[in-house]
Amino acid sequence: MTADTLHPRLQEIADDFVGVPDQDRLQLLLEFAQDLPPLPARYAEHRDLLEPVPECQTPLFLAVEVDEDGRVHLFFEAPQESPTTRGFAGILHAGLDGLDAAEVLLTPGEFSSQLGLQDLVSPLRLRGMAAMLARIKRQVRDSAA
Amino acid sequence: MALPYDSAAKFREYARPEMLVTTDWLAEHLHDQDLVVAESDEDVLLYETGHIPGAVKLDWHTELNDPVTRDYVDGAGFARLMSKKGISRDTTLVLYGDRNNWWAAYALWVCTLFGHPDLRLLDGGRAKWITEGRELSTDAPKRDPAVYPVIERDDSTARAFRAQVEAHLGQPLIDVRSPGEYTGELLHMPDYPQEGALRGGHIPGARSVPWSRAAAEDATFRTRTELEAIYAGEAGLAPDDDVVVYCRIGERSSHTWFVLHHLLGYPHVRNYDGSWTEWGNSVRLPIRRGENP
Repeated sequence: MTADTLHPRLQEIADDFVGVPDQDRLQLLLEFAQDLPPLPARYAEHRDLLEPVPECQTPLFLAVEVDEDGRVHLFFEAPQESPTTRGFAGILHAGLDGLDAAEVLLTPGEFSSQLGLQDLVSPLRLRGMAAMLARIKRQVRDSAA
Repeated sequence: MALPYDSAAKFREYARPEMLVTTDWLAEHLHDQDLVVAESDEDVLLYETGHIPGAVKLDWHTELNDPVTRDYVDGAGFARLMSKKGISRDTTLVLYGDRNNWWAAYALWVCTLFGHPDLRLLDGGRAKWITEGRELSTDAPKRDPAVYPVIERDDSTARAFRAQVEAHLGQPLIDVRSPGEYTGELLHMPDYPQEGALRGGHIPGARSVPWSRAAAEDATFRTRTELEAIYAGEAGLAPDDDVVVYCRIGERSSHTWFVLHHLLGYPHVRNYDGSWTEWGNSVRLPIRRGENP
């Protein structure tokens, strides 16, 4: 894997999105929103440990952990009435959770533009997803330092 | 044929009671042939999670805007859009949405530029419908395409452009953003993305009346008496005033435009949709910081 190629898990997600017609693409995003796991108690009870992502259109908070084996674990919180933001978080969770820190850091910053969502969701809304990824990578770097 | 108006007592106080419907009225008329209900939300997926049965989706970003120029669709584009949604010129179009109907009011304002004859807003929007435990559906509505004529957009009465706002300086302006955006401490809404304004503050002379003052806790509009106390009382608007409203991109100010023009009956109200993302980025335009107009 190089900086120019996506991790197979992200590539599979991107292929799924690009491979279906427009309306199904929104349904797929909705499925990712629904599959976003809830916060574990250690974060749900300590929301101050979460980092806000103000670039998202609606409030989103995230936490990043790197375990002893160097694997990255991601935690998100976004309101149910913000399915688009939840969907973006769900994609990043499905694609990145459990990968090695080095693999996460190789994820291209413009990954969000490879899902064929620009015309359906609008570039402005997609900026929130790019911002989430940038903050995840920064936290991973900070943990490794 | 246009549908009967909602005769709710609260609406009768407003200048144009026919512009609003209650959730009760909508539930009763939901299956009427000449009605189309359209949901317009900030979140592009919210409609897919469940919408009022039969309602079509109308997205401000991807459908009402021109994809290239910062402008709305033209007459041909609007006709295509309406036709696709099954809306004809005779359709009673009821709009509703999330966030106190911001985007629904915005969509209604854009439809006004094309002179659609019968436009109404669901008082209380999506939130009130859901709070009342009313039915939601995830079924895609089955509507046949309708014939909609190409009507050129008329930007002359409800819309203000930058040069017109410059010429308007000294006359009534209402800034509907949050207090922090008005004073210049914030370049964007609290908790919202920085949507690119290089300078903070407000247009000189603009009075600060945050849009949310017009909304009650349940997202419905405040009564006429309450609204008059705010806009005629506190903000000092006189009945014949030529008023320009603005916010950041024109969506929150559509809500206030609706209140001033349709609920309070001010005849000359224009929405400056360029708003702060144009004014706060433009070279050498006058800006005022702080709490004073």
